[in-house]
Amino acid sequence: MTTLRILVPIKRVLDYALKPRIASSGKSIDLTGQKMSLNPFDELSIEASVRLREAHPARIADILAFSAGPAKSQDALRTAMAMGADRGLLVDAGVESDLEPLAVAKILKMVVQKEECNLVILGKQSIDDDAGQTGQMLAGLLGWGQATQAAELTLEGDNITVVKEVDGGTETVRGKLPMVVTTDLRLNEPRYASLPNIMKAKKKKLDKVALAEYGAGLERRLEVLQVVEPPPRQGGGKVEDVGGLVAKLKELGAI
Amino acid sequence: MFALRRAPTSPSNRRLLSTLAVLEHRGGQISASSLPALTAASKLGGPVTAFVAGTDSAAIAALAAKLTGVQKVLHVENAKYDKGMPENFAPLLVANVKAGGFTHVVGAHSAFGKNILPRVAALLDVQAVSDITGIVDANTFVRPIYAGNAIATVKSAQAVNVITVRGTAFPAATEEGASAAEVAKAPEDPDTEMLTEWVGENLATSERPDLSTATKVVSGGRGLKDRENFEKYMQPLADALGAAIGASRAAVDAGFADNSLQVGQTGKVVAPQLYMAVGISGAIQHLAGMKDSKVIAAINKDADAPIFQVADVGLVADLFQAVPELTEKLKE
Repeated sequence: MTTLRILVPIKRVLDYALKPRIASSGKSIDLTGQKMSLNPFDELSIEASVRLREAHPARIADILAFSAGPAKSQDALRTAMAMGADRGLLVDAGVESDLEPLAVAKILKMVVQKEECNLVILGKQSIDDDAGQTGQMLAGLLGWGQATQAAELTLEGDNITVVKEVDGGTETVRGKLPMVVTTDLRLNEPRYASLPNIMKAKKKKLDKVALAEYGAGLERRLEVLQVVEPPPRQGGGKVEDVGGLVAKLKELGAI
Repeated sequence: MFALRRAPTSPSNRRLLSTLAVLEHRGGQISASSLPALTAASKLGGPVTAFVAGTDSAAIAALAAKLTGVQKVLHVENAKYDKGMPENFAPLLVANVKAGGFTHVVGAHSAFGKNILPRVAALLDVQAVSDITGIVDANTFVRPIYAGNAIATVKSAQAVNVITVRGTAFPAATEEGASAAEVAKAPEDPDTEMLTEWVGENLATSERPDLSTATKVVSGGRGLKDRENFEKYMQPLADALGAAIGASRAAVDAGFADNSLQVGQTGKVVAPQLYMAVGISGAIQHLAGMKDSKVIAAINKDADAPIFQVADVGLVADLFQAVPELTEKLKE
Protein backbone atom coordinates (compact mmCIF):
# COMPACT_ATOMS: atom_id res chain seq x y z
CA MET A 1 0.00 0.00 0.00
CA THR A 2 1.30 3.39 -0.96
CA THR A 3 1.55 6.18 1.54
CA LEU A 4 -0.53 9.23 0.80
CA ARG A 5 0.80 12.63 -0.03
CA ILE A 6 -2.25 14.82 -0.04
CA LEU A 7 -2.49 18.23 -1.69
CA VAL A 8 -5.26 20.54 -0.50
CA PRO A 9 -5.67 23.64 -2.66
CA ILE A 10 -7.49 26.46 -0.87
CA LYS A 11 -8.68 29.94 -1.78
CA ARG A 12 -9.11 33.11 0.22
CA VAL A 13 -12.46 34.65 -0.69
CA LEU A 14 -14.88 37.34 0.49
CA ASP A 15 -16.60 36.02 3.62
CA TYR A 16 -19.80 34.18 2.74
CA ALA A 17 -21.95 36.38 4.97
CA LEU A 18 -21.00 39.61 3.17
CA LYS A 19 -22.76 41.18 0.23
CA PRO A 20 -20.27 41.91 -2.54
CA ARG A 21 -19.81 45.54 -3.61
CA ILE A 22 -19.14 46.34 -7.25
CA ALA A 23 -15.80 48.15 -7.72
CA SER A 24 -15.83 51.65 -9.24
CA SER A 25 -14.28 50.21 -12.42
CA GLY A 26 -17.50 48.27 -12.92
CA LYS A 27 -15.41 45.23 -13.81
CA SER A 28 -14.79 43.50 -10.50
CA ILE A 29 -15.80 43.26 -6.85
CA ASP A 30 -14.26 45.74 -4.41
CA LEU A 31 -12.49 43.69 -1.75
CA THR A 32 -10.59 46.51 -0.02
CA GLY A 33 -11.11 46.43 3.72
CA GLN A 34 -13.57 43.53 3.46
CA LYS A 35 -13.52 40.48 5.69
CA MET A 36 -11.89 37.63 3.81
CA SER A 37 -12.18 33.98 4.78
CA LEU A 38 -11.23 30.53 3.69
CA ASN A 39 -13.61 29.33 0.95
CA PRO A 40 -16.19 27.18 2.82
CA PHE A 41 -15.80 24.21 0.46
CA ASP A 42 -12.03 24.27 1.05
CA GLU A 43 -12.53 23.94 4.80
CA LEU A 44 -14.27 20.67 3.99
CA SER A 45 -11.24 19.51 1.97
CA ILE A 46 -8.85 20.17 4.83
CA GLU A 47 -11.19 18.45 7.27
CA ALA A 48 -11.45 15.46 4.91
CA SER A 49 -7.64 15.17 4.71
CA VAL A 50 -7.22 15.42 8.47
CA ARG A 51 -9.91 12.78 8.99
CA LEU A 52 -8.10 10.49 6.55
CA ARG A 53 -5.03 10.81 8.74
CA GLU A 54 -7.10 10.10 11.86
CA ALA A 55 -8.53 6.97 10.21
CA HIS A 56 -5.21 5.82 8.72
CA PRO A 57 -2.48 7.37 10.92
CA ALA A 58 0.38 5.38 9.41
CA ARG A 59 -0.48 5.98 5.78
CA ILE A 60 -0.57 9.75 5.50
CA ALA A 61 2.93 11.01 4.78
CA ASP A 62 2.05 14.63 4.11
CA ILE A 63 -0.83 17.08 3.94
CA LEU A 64 0.20 20.14 1.95
CA ALA A 65 -2.10 23.18 1.93
CA PHE A 66 -1.69 25.30 -1.17
CA SER A 67 -2.93 28.66 -2.30
CA ALA A 68 -2.26 30.84 -5.33
CA GLY A 69 -3.23 34.47 -4.87
CA PRO A 70 -2.24 37.64 -3.06
CA ALA A 71 0.33 37.47 -0.24
CA LYS A 72 -2.50 37.67 2.31
CA SER A 73 -3.61 34.19 1.28
CA GLN A 74 -1.06 33.01 3.82
CA ASP A 75 -3.68 33.79 6.49
CA ALA A 76 -5.90 31.17 4.89
CA LEU A 77 -2.95 28.76 4.76
CA ARG A 78 -2.27 29.30 8.47
CA THR A 79 -5.91 28.47 9.17
CA ALA A 80 -5.53 25.28 7.14
CA MET A 81 -2.41 24.38 9.09
CA ALA A 82 -4.16 25.10 12.39
CA MET A 83 -6.83 22.62 11.28
CA GLY A 84 -4.17 19.98 10.67
CA ALA A 85 -2.31 20.50 7.40
CA ASP A 86 1.43 19.80 7.84
CA ARG A 87 2.79 22.67 5.79
CA GLY A 88 1.82 25.38 3.37
CA LEU A 89 2.79 26.57 -0.08
CA LEU A 90 1.85 30.01 -1.33
CA VAL A 91 2.21 31.05 -4.92
CA ASP A 92 2.28 34.82 -4.63
CA ALA A 93 0.40 36.12 -7.62
CA GLY A 94 0.37 39.76 -6.50
CA VAL A 95 -2.34 41.96 -5.05
CA GLU A 96 -4.40 42.16 -8.21
CA SER A 97 -4.18 38.43 -8.80
CA ASP A 98 -7.12 37.07 -10.66
CA LEU A 99 -6.09 33.62 -11.78
CA GLU A 100 -8.60 31.60 -13.73
CA PRO A 101 -9.32 27.92 -12.99
CA LEU A 102 -7.27 26.74 -15.98
CA ALA A 103 -4.21 28.67 -14.75
CA VAL A 104 -4.66 27.36 -11.20
CA ALA A 105 -5.02 23.81 -12.55
CA LYS A 106 -1.78 24.22 -14.51
CA ILE A 107 0.06 25.47 -11.42
CA LEU A 108 -1.40 22.62 -9.37
CA LYS A 109 -0.24 20.08 -11.92
CA MET A 110 3.33 21.32 -11.47
CA VAL A 111 2.99 21.24 -7.68
CA VAL A 112 1.62 17.67 -7.79
CA GLN A 113 4.56 16.55 -9.90
CA LYS A 114 7.21 18.32 -7.82
CA GLU A 115 5.77 17.26 -4.46
CA GLU A 116 4.85 13.78 -5.71
CA CYS A 117 1.28 14.08 -4.42
CA ASN A 118 -1.07 11.17 -5.12
CA LEU A 119 -4.35 12.58 -3.83
CA VAL A 120 -5.70 16.08 -4.39
CA ILE A 121 -8.77 17.16 -2.42
CA LEU A 122 -10.38 20.43 -3.54
CA GLY A 123 -13.59 22.29 -2.82
CA LYS A 124 -16.23 21.76 -5.51
CA GLN A 125 -16.24 25.49 -6.21
CA SER A 126 -15.13 28.80 -4.78
CA ILE A 127 -17.94 31.05 -3.64
CA ASP A 128 -16.61 34.09 -5.51
CA ASP A 129 -16.37 33.14 -9.19
CA ASP A 130 -18.56 30.03 -8.80
CA ALA A 131 -16.84 28.31 -11.72
CA GLY A 132 -16.61 24.80 -10.26
CA GLN A 133 -13.87 23.78 -12.68
CA THR A 134 -10.43 23.56 -11.07
CA GLY A 135 -10.57 19.96 -9.80
CA GLN A 136 -11.88 18.55 -13.06
CA MET A 137 -9.34 20.54 -15.07
CA LEU A 138 -6.49 19.33 -12.88
CA ALA A 139 -7.60 15.71 -13.21
CA GLY A 140 -7.75 16.17 -16.98
CA LEU A 141 -4.29 17.72 -17.17
CA LEU A 142 -2.81 14.96 -15.00
CA GLY A 143 -4.75 12.19 -16.71
CA TRP A 144 -6.02 11.05 -13.29
CA GLY A 145 -9.40 9.74 -12.21
CA GLN A 146 -11.79 12.24 -10.66
CA ALA A 147 -14.72 12.17 -8.25
CA THR A 148 -16.60 15.44 -7.90
CA GLN A 149 -19.02 16.68 -5.22
CA ALA A 150 -18.04 14.11 -2.64
CA ALA A 151 -20.52 13.49 0.18
CA GLU A 152 -18.59 10.47 1.53
CA LEU A 153 -14.98 9.49 1.07
CA THR A 154 -13.44 6.15 2.04
CA LEU A 155 -9.88 4.90 1.63
CA GLU A 156 -9.36 1.12 1.42
CA GLY A 157 -5.94 -0.03 0.33
CA ASP A 158 -5.16 2.06 -2.71
CA ASN A 159 -8.82 2.45 -3.59
CA ILE A 160 -10.83 5.56 -2.92
CA THR A 161 -14.59 5.15 -2.85
CA VAL A 162 -16.61 8.34 -3.18
CA VAL A 163 -20.33 8.87 -2.79
CA LYS A 164 -21.04 11.82 -5.04
CA GLU A 165 -23.91 14.30 -4.93
CA VAL A 166 -25.65 14.21 -8.31
CA ASP A 167 -28.97 15.65 -9.52
CA GLY A 168 -31.68 13.77 -7.68
CA GLY A 169 -29.54 11.73 -5.30
CA THR A 170 -26.11 10.18 -5.03
CA GLU A 171 -23.82 8.09 -7.19
CA THR A 172 -20.90 5.99 -5.97
CA VAL A 173 -17.62 5.65 -7.84
CA ARG A 174 -14.39 3.92 -6.98
CA GLY A 175 -10.96 4.87 -8.22
CA LYS A 176 -7.35 3.99 -7.55
CA LEU A 177 -4.73 6.41 -6.34
CA PRO A 178 -3.65 8.82 -7.73
CA MET A 179 -6.93 10.68 -7.85
CA VAL A 180 -8.62 14.08 -7.65
CA VAL A 181 -11.65 14.52 -5.37
CA THR A 182 -13.81 17.63 -4.94
CA THR A 183 -15.82 18.16 -1.77
CA ASP A 184 -19.48 18.96 -1.30
CA LEU A 185 -21.13 20.42 1.77
CA ARG A 186 -22.42 17.13 3.13
CA LEU A 187 -18.97 15.56 3.37
CA ASN A 188 -18.18 16.66 6.92
CA GLU A 189 -18.37 19.42 9.48
CA PRO A 190 -15.05 21.24 9.58
CA ARG A 191 -13.49 21.58 13.03
CA TYR A 192 -12.65 24.91 14.57
CA ALA A 193 -8.96 25.61 14.90
CA SER A 194 -8.18 25.66 18.65
CA LEU A 195 -5.93 28.36 20.08
CA PRO A 196 -3.07 25.93 20.82
CA ASN A 197 -3.30 24.63 17.26
CA ILE A 198 -3.31 28.17 15.89
CA MET A 199 -0.12 28.84 17.86
CA LYS A 200 1.43 25.60 16.62
CA ALA A 201 0.48 26.45 13.03
CA LYS A 202 2.62 29.58 13.24
CA LYS A 203 5.68 27.36 13.53
CA LYS A 204 4.77 25.12 10.61
CA LYS A 205 6.62 25.56 7.36
CA LEU A 206 5.11 27.94 4.81
CA ASP A 207 6.99 28.26 1.54
CA LYS A 208 6.43 31.23 -0.74
CA VAL A 209 7.11 31.08 -4.44
CA ALA A 210 6.60 33.81 -7.05
CA LEU A 211 4.05 33.16 -9.76
CA ALA A 212 6.73 33.77 -12.43
CA GLU A 213 8.43 30.52 -11.39
CA TYR A 214 5.49 28.60 -12.76
CA GLY A 215 6.21 29.83 -16.26
CA ALA A 216 4.08 31.15 -19.09
CA GLY A 217 0.58 30.36 -20.25
CA LEU A 218 -1.18 31.45 -17.07
CA GLU A 219 -2.64 34.69 -18.47
CA ARG A 220 -6.38 35.28 -18.44
CA ARG A 221 -8.34 33.79 -21.29
CA LEU A 222 -11.62 35.52 -20.55
CA GLU A 223 -11.94 39.29 -20.44
CA VAL A 224 -14.43 40.65 -17.92
CA LEU A 225 -16.34 43.38 -19.74
CA GLN A 226 -18.52 44.36 -16.81
CA VAL A 227 -19.81 43.32 -13.42
CA VAL A 228 -23.20 44.65 -12.38
CA GLU A 229 -25.65 44.12 -9.56
CA PRO A 230 -28.52 41.80 -10.40
CA PRO A 231 -31.82 43.55 -11.09
CA PRO A 232 -33.39 44.24 -7.70
CA ARG A 233 -36.52 42.33 -6.82
CA GLN A 234 -39.55 44.33 -5.87
CA GLY A 235 -41.53 42.93 -3.01
CA GLY A 236 -45.14 42.50 -4.06
CA GLY A 237 -46.67 43.45 -0.75
CA LYS A 238 -48.56 41.50 1.86
CA VAL A 239 -51.88 39.75 2.02
CA GLU A 240 -54.23 39.53 5.00
CA ASP A 241 -54.81 35.81 5.31
CA VAL A 242 -54.24 32.36 3.83
CA GLY A 243 -57.15 32.86 1.41
CA GLY A 244 -55.46 35.99 0.11
CA LEU A 245 -52.18 34.13 -0.26
CA VAL A 246 -53.78 31.38 -2.36
CA ALA A 247 -55.65 33.93 -4.50
CA LYS A 248 -52.46 35.93 -5.14
CA LEU A 249 -50.47 32.80 -6.03
CA LYS A 250 -53.19 31.83 -8.52
CA GLU A 251 -53.14 35.35 -9.97
CA LEU A 252 -49.36 35.12 -10.40
CA GLY A 253 -49.75 31.75 -12.09
CA ALA A 254 -47.61 30.07 -9.45
CA ILE A 255 -50.18 27.38 -8.55
CA MET B 1 -15.98 59.70 -36.07
CA PHE B 2 -14.10 58.91 -39.23
CA ALA B 3 -12.17 55.96 -37.93
CA LEU B 4 -12.52 52.81 -39.93
CA ARG B 5 -14.54 50.14 -38.27
CA ARG B 6 -12.80 46.83 -38.25
CA ALA B 7 -14.08 43.55 -37.04
CA PRO B 8 -11.93 42.12 -34.24
CA THR B 9 -9.75 39.30 -35.48
CA SER B 10 -10.04 36.74 -32.74
CA PRO B 11 -9.45 33.14 -33.78
CA SER B 12 -13.12 32.26 -33.32
CA ASN B 13 -14.13 35.02 -35.71
CA ARG B 14 -11.85 33.73 -38.40
CA ARG B 15 -13.43 30.30 -38.26
CA LEU B 16 -16.98 29.51 -39.11
CA LEU B 17 -19.11 29.23 -36.00
CA SER B 18 -20.42 25.73 -35.32
CA THR B 19 -21.69 24.25 -32.08
CA LEU B 20 -21.61 20.80 -30.56
CA ALA B 21 -24.40 20.38 -28.00
CA VAL B 22 -23.87 17.48 -25.59
CA LEU B 23 -27.14 15.77 -24.68
CA GLU B 24 -27.66 13.66 -21.57
CA HIS B 25 -30.09 10.79 -21.53
CA ARG B 26 -31.55 8.34 -19.06
CA GLY B 27 -34.06 5.54 -19.47
CA GLY B 28 -34.33 6.06 -23.22
CA GLN B 29 -35.21 9.74 -22.90
CA ILE B 30 -33.25 12.94 -23.39
CA SER B 31 -32.78 14.52 -19.95
CA ALA B 32 -34.86 17.61 -19.29
CA SER B 33 -31.74 19.56 -18.32
CA SER B 34 -30.33 19.21 -21.85
CA LEU B 35 -33.26 20.96 -23.53
CA PRO B 36 -32.54 24.52 -22.33
CA ALA B 37 -28.86 23.95 -23.20
CA LEU B 38 -29.97 23.15 -26.75
CA THR B 39 -31.89 26.45 -26.91
CA ALA B 40 -28.76 28.27 -25.74
CA ALA B 41 -26.71 26.45 -28.38
CA SER B 42 -29.14 27.65 -31.09
CA LYS B 43 -28.82 31.24 -29.83
CA LEU B 44 -25.10 31.26 -30.59
CA GLY B 45 -25.98 31.63 -34.27
CA GLY B 46 -24.19 28.80 -36.03
CA PRO B 47 -25.39 25.32 -36.98
CA VAL B 48 -25.98 23.01 -33.99
CA THR B 49 -24.85 19.41 -33.93
CA ALA B 50 -26.28 17.38 -31.07
CA PHE B 51 -24.08 14.70 -29.55
CA VAL B 52 -25.19 11.53 -27.76
CA ALA B 53 -23.22 8.52 -26.57
CA GLY B 54 -24.02 5.24 -24.86
CA THR B 55 -26.17 2.15 -25.35
CA ASP B 56 -29.16 2.82 -27.62
CA SER B 57 -27.61 6.07 -28.74
CA ALA B 58 -29.23 5.60 -32.16
CA ALA B 59 -32.69 5.71 -30.58
CA ILE B 60 -31.79 8.82 -28.55
CA ALA B 61 -30.26 10.39 -31.65
CA ALA B 62 -33.57 9.86 -33.48
CA LEU B 63 -35.35 11.74 -30.68
CA ALA B 64 -32.77 14.53 -30.77
CA ALA B 65 -33.15 14.85 -34.56
CA LYS B 66 -36.75 16.00 -34.06
CA LEU B 67 -35.85 18.91 -31.80
CA THR B 68 -35.92 22.54 -32.95
CA GLY B 69 -32.54 24.00 -33.81
CA VAL B 70 -30.75 20.68 -34.33
CA GLN B 71 -29.14 20.45 -37.78
CA LYS B 72 -27.30 17.21 -37.28
CA VAL B 73 -26.94 14.50 -34.64
CA LEU B 74 -23.76 12.57 -33.99
CA HIS B 75 -23.99 9.43 -31.89
CA VAL B 76 -21.60 6.88 -30.46
CA GLU B 77 -22.97 3.43 -29.71
CA ASN B 78 -20.77 2.20 -26.88
CA ALA B 79 -21.96 1.03 -23.47
CA LYS B 80 -18.81 2.40 -21.87
CA TYR B 81 -20.31 5.88 -22.09
CA ASP B 82 -23.55 4.98 -20.31
CA LYS B 83 -22.56 6.33 -16.92
CA GLY B 84 -21.04 9.55 -18.17
CA MET B 85 -17.66 8.90 -16.60
CA PRO B 86 -15.45 11.93 -17.23
CA GLU B 87 -12.24 9.94 -17.76
CA ASN B 88 -13.49 8.48 -21.03
CA PHE B 89 -16.36 10.81 -21.93
CA ALA B 90 -14.12 13.91 -21.96
CA PRO B 91 -11.57 12.43 -24.43
CA LEU B 92 -14.52 11.24 -26.57
CA LEU B 93 -15.82 14.80 -26.80
CA VAL B 94 -12.37 16.27 -27.38
CA ALA B 95 -11.68 13.89 -30.29
CA ASN B 96 -14.99 14.74 -31.93
CA VAL B 97 -14.64 18.49 -31.34
CA LYS B 98 -11.28 18.37 -33.09
CA ALA B 99 -12.55 16.13 -35.90
CA GLY B 100 -15.56 18.37 -36.55
CA GLY B 101 -13.76 21.69 -36.10
CA PHE B 102 -16.41 22.91 -33.66
CA THR B 103 -16.01 26.40 -32.20
CA HIS B 104 -18.45 25.90 -29.31
CA VAL B 105 -19.21 22.99 -26.99
CA VAL B 106 -22.38 23.43 -24.97
CA GLY B 107 -23.91 21.34 -22.20
CA ALA B 108 -26.21 21.72 -19.20
CA HIS B 109 -24.82 22.96 -15.88
CA SER B 110 -26.02 19.66 -14.39
CA ALA B 111 -24.05 17.11 -12.36
CA PHE B 112 -23.01 15.52 -15.69
CA GLY B 113 -22.04 18.79 -17.39
CA LYS B 114 -20.22 20.17 -14.36
CA ASN B 115 -18.25 16.94 -14.06
CA ILE B 116 -17.23 16.51 -17.68
CA LEU B 117 -17.01 19.85 -19.51
CA PRO B 118 -14.24 21.46 -17.41
CA ARG B 119 -12.15 18.35 -18.10
CA VAL B 120 -12.90 18.75 -21.81
CA ALA B 121 -11.83 22.41 -21.63
CA ALA B 122 -8.54 21.55 -19.92
CA LEU B 123 -7.78 18.90 -22.56
CA LEU B 124 -8.42 21.54 -25.24
CA ASP B 125 -6.36 24.08 -23.25
CA VAL B 126 -9.23 26.56 -23.00
CA GLN B 127 -10.89 28.31 -20.07
CA ALA B 128 -14.49 27.08 -19.74
CA VAL B 129 -17.43 29.38 -19.03
CA SER B 130 -19.73 27.97 -16.34
CA ASP B 131 -23.44 28.36 -15.70
CA ILE B 132 -24.26 31.03 -18.26
CA THR B 133 -27.59 32.85 -17.98
CA GLY B 134 -27.28 34.96 -21.11
CA ILE B 135 -25.62 35.17 -24.51
CA VAL B 136 -24.59 38.61 -25.81
CA ASP B 137 -22.92 37.31 -28.94
CA ALA B 138 -21.07 34.16 -29.98
CA ASN B 139 -18.06 35.08 -27.83
CA THR B 140 -19.66 37.08 -25.02
CA PHE B 141 -21.57 35.48 -22.18
CA VAL B 142 -23.39 36.54 -19.03
CA ARG B 143 -22.97 34.55 -15.83
CA PRO B 144 -23.74 35.05 -12.16
CA ILE B 145 -20.85 35.23 -9.70
CA TYR B 146 -20.84 35.51 -5.90
CA ALA B 147 -23.89 33.23 -5.76
CA GLY B 148 -25.87 35.57 -7.99
CA ASN B 149 -25.06 38.69 -5.99
CA ALA B 150 -23.23 40.03 -9.03
CA ILE B 151 -23.60 39.42 -12.75
CA ALA B 152 -20.48 39.30 -14.93
CA THR B 153 -20.24 39.68 -18.69
CA VAL B 154 -17.19 37.89 -20.06
CA LYS B 155 -15.68 37.86 -23.53
CA SER B 156 -13.65 35.02 -24.91
CA ALA B 157 -11.16 35.16 -27.76
CA GLN B 158 -10.48 31.44 -27.59
CA ALA B 159 -10.61 29.10 -30.57
CA VAL B 160 -13.12 26.87 -28.77
CA ASN B 161 -15.62 27.95 -26.14
CA VAL B 162 -16.73 25.30 -23.67
CA ILE B 163 -19.93 26.42 -21.97
CA THR B 164 -22.35 25.09 -19.37
CA VAL B 165 -25.85 26.55 -19.32
CA ARG B 166 -28.13 27.34 -16.37
CA GLY B 167 -31.32 25.43 -17.17
CA THR B 168 -33.72 27.96 -15.69
CA ALA B 169 -32.28 30.80 -17.80
CA PHE B 170 -33.31 29.45 -21.23
CA PRO B 171 -36.58 27.90 -22.46
CA ALA B 172 -36.50 24.17 -23.22
CA ALA B 173 -36.10 23.14 -26.86
CA THR B 174 -39.21 21.46 -28.24
CA GLU B 175 -40.24 19.54 -31.35
CA GLU B 176 -42.36 22.43 -32.55
CA GLY B 177 -41.61 23.44 -36.13
CA ALA B 178 -38.51 21.28 -36.30
CA SER B 179 -37.43 19.57 -39.47
CA ALA B 180 -35.79 16.17 -39.18
CA ALA B 181 -32.05 16.47 -38.76
CA GLU B 182 -29.45 14.21 -40.28
CA VAL B 183 -28.23 11.43 -37.97
CA ALA B 184 -24.73 10.02 -38.33
CA LYS B 185 -22.19 8.01 -36.40
CA ALA B 186 -19.64 10.21 -34.66
CA PRO B 187 -16.31 10.04 -36.49
CA GLU B 188 -14.23 9.34 -33.38
CA ASP B 189 -14.45 6.83 -30.52
CA PRO B 190 -11.09 6.83 -28.73
CA ASP B 191 -12.46 4.41 -26.10
CA THR B 192 -10.09 5.72 -23.41
CA GLU B 193 -9.33 3.58 -20.39
CA MET B 194 -11.70 3.98 -17.43
CA LEU B 195 -9.80 5.24 -14.40
CA THR B 196 -12.74 5.12 -12.05
CA GLU B 197 -15.40 2.49 -11.78
CA TRP B 198 -19.11 3.24 -11.45
CA VAL B 199 -20.32 1.34 -8.37
CA GLY B 200 -23.94 2.34 -8.02
CA GLU B 201 -26.43 5.10 -7.46
CA ASN B 202 -29.12 6.04 -5.03
CA LEU B 203 -31.58 8.36 -6.67
CA ALA B 204 -34.62 9.69 -4.87
CA THR B 205 -37.46 7.35 -5.61
CA SER B 206 -40.14 9.34 -3.81
CA GLU B 207 -42.79 11.17 -5.73
CA ARG B 208 -41.25 14.38 -4.47
CA PRO B 209 -39.21 16.23 -7.09
CA ASP B 210 -35.51 16.89 -6.70
CA LEU B 211 -34.65 20.20 -5.05
CA SER B 212 -32.26 21.43 -7.77
CA THR B 213 -34.65 20.89 -10.64
CA ALA B 214 -38.09 21.20 -9.02
CA THR B 215 -40.57 23.72 -10.43
CA LYS B 216 -41.91 24.34 -6.91
CA VAL B 217 -39.98 24.48 -3.66
CA VAL B 218 -41.24 24.93 -0.11
CA SER B 219 -38.48 25.83 2.27
CA GLY B 220 -38.45 25.88 6.06
CA GLY B 221 -36.36 27.90 8.46
CA ARG B 222 -35.61 28.39 12.10
CA GLY B 223 -39.24 29.44 12.70
CA LEU B 224 -40.25 25.76 12.64
CA LYS B 225 -38.49 25.35 16.01
CA ASP B 226 -37.55 21.65 15.78
CA ARG B 227 -37.17 18.65 13.48
CA GLU B 228 -40.58 17.15 14.33
CA ASN B 229 -42.32 20.36 13.37
CA PHE B 230 -40.24 20.64 10.21
CA GLU B 231 -41.48 17.25 9.05
CA LYS B 232 -45.00 17.63 10.38
CA TYR B 233 -45.66 20.98 8.70
CA MET B 234 -43.44 21.02 5.62
CA GLN B 235 -44.08 17.55 4.21
CA PRO B 236 -47.87 17.86 3.81
CA LEU B 237 -47.44 21.34 2.32
CA ALA B 238 -44.85 20.01 -0.15
CA ASP B 239 -47.15 17.10 -1.03
CA ALA B 240 -50.12 19.39 -1.59
CA LEU B 241 -48.09 21.53 -4.01
CA GLY B 242 -46.08 18.72 -5.59
CA ALA B 243 -43.02 20.63 -4.42
CA ALA B 244 -39.51 19.78 -3.31
CA ILE B 245 -38.49 20.60 0.25
CA GLY B 246 -35.67 22.99 1.04
CA ALA B 247 -34.28 24.53 4.20
CA SER B 248 -32.36 27.56 5.36
CA ARG B 249 -28.85 27.22 6.71
CA ALA B 250 -30.19 28.09 10.17
CA ALA B 251 -32.61 25.15 9.97
CA VAL B 252 -29.85 22.82 8.80
CA ASP B 253 -27.38 24.01 11.44
CA ALA B 254 -30.04 23.53 14.13
CA GLY B 255 -30.54 19.95 12.90
CA PHE B 256 -34.15 20.39 11.69
CA ALA B 257 -33.32 19.26 8.18
CA ASP B 258 -30.69 17.35 6.29
CA ASN B 259 -27.68 19.17 4.89
CA SER B 260 -28.65 18.17 1.36
CA LEU B 261 -31.76 20.35 1.61
CA GLN B 262 -29.89 23.57 2.27
CA VAL B 263 -30.73 26.41 -0.09
CA GLY B 264 -28.28 29.28 -0.14
CA GLN B 265 -24.84 30.45 -1.07
CA THR B 266 -23.14 27.45 0.49
CA GLY B 267 -25.94 25.05 -0.34
CA LYS B 268 -28.01 24.64 -3.49
CA VAL B 269 -28.97 27.48 -5.78
CA VAL B 270 -32.53 27.02 -7.03
CA ALA B 271 -34.74 29.00 -9.40
CA PRO B 272 -38.17 27.34 -9.40
CA GLN B 273 -41.47 28.77 -10.63
CA LEU B 274 -42.61 29.07 -7.01
CA TYR B 275 -40.46 29.36 -3.92
CA MET B 276 -42.36 29.41 -0.65
CA ALA B 277 -40.29 30.45 2.37
CA VAL B 278 -41.78 29.37 5.69
CA GLY B 279 -40.32 30.74 8.91
CA ILE B 280 -37.26 32.04 7.05
CA SER B 281 -36.05 35.57 7.82
CA GLY B 282 -34.18 36.00 4.53
CA ALA B 283 -30.47 36.40 5.33
CA ILE B 284 -28.16 37.28 2.39
CA GLN B 285 -26.77 33.76 2.54
CA HIS B 286 -30.25 32.34 1.93
CA LEU B 287 -31.45 34.91 -0.63
CA ALA B 288 -28.39 34.14 -2.77
CA GLY B 289 -29.73 30.65 -3.27
CA MET B 290 -33.31 31.46 -4.28
CA LYS B 291 -33.75 35.01 -5.46
CA ASP B 292 -33.93 34.03 -9.13
CA SER B 293 -37.15 32.15 -8.40
CA LYS B 294 -40.05 33.29 -10.59
CA VAL B 295 -42.50 33.84 -7.74
CA ILE B 296 -41.46 34.10 -4.11
CA ALA B 297 -44.02 33.67 -1.32
CA ALA B 298 -43.21 34.13 2.35
CA ILE B 299 -44.94 33.23 5.58
CA ASN B 300 -43.34 34.77 8.65
CA LYS B 301 -44.68 36.19 11.88
CA ASP B 302 -42.13 39.02 11.88
CA ALA B 303 -43.51 41.75 9.60
CA ASP B 304 -40.06 43.31 9.34
CA ALA B 305 -38.27 40.15 8.17
CA PRO B 306 -36.07 40.92 5.12
CA ILE B 307 -37.71 38.09 3.18
CA PHE B 308 -40.75 40.35 2.68
CA GLN B 309 -38.61 42.81 0.70
CA VAL B 310 -38.13 40.23 -2.05
CA ALA B 311 -41.36 38.24 -1.74
CA ASP B 312 -44.00 38.72 -4.43
CA VAL B 313 -46.57 37.82 -1.85
CA GLY B 314 -46.11 37.85 1.89
CA LEU B 315 -48.28 36.71 4.76
CA VAL B 316 -47.53 37.90 8.29
CA ALA B 317 -48.83 35.04 10.37
CA ASP B 318 -47.96 32.27 12.80
CA LEU B 319 -46.79 29.47 10.52
CA PHE B 320 -48.16 26.79 12.85
CA GLN B 321 -51.66 28.02 12.00
CA ALA B 322 -51.12 29.32 8.47
CA VAL B 323 -49.32 26.29 7.01
CA PRO B 324 -51.97 23.65 7.87
CA GLU B 325 -54.69 26.01 6.64
CA LEU B 326 -52.78 26.62 3.42
CA THR B 327 -52.17 22.89 2.98
CA GLU B 328 -55.94 22.24 3.29
CA LYS B 329 -56.81 25.02 0.83
CA LEU B 330 -54.31 23.74 -1.71
CA LYS B 331 -55.81 20.25 -1.56
CA GLU B 332 -59.24 21.55 -2.47
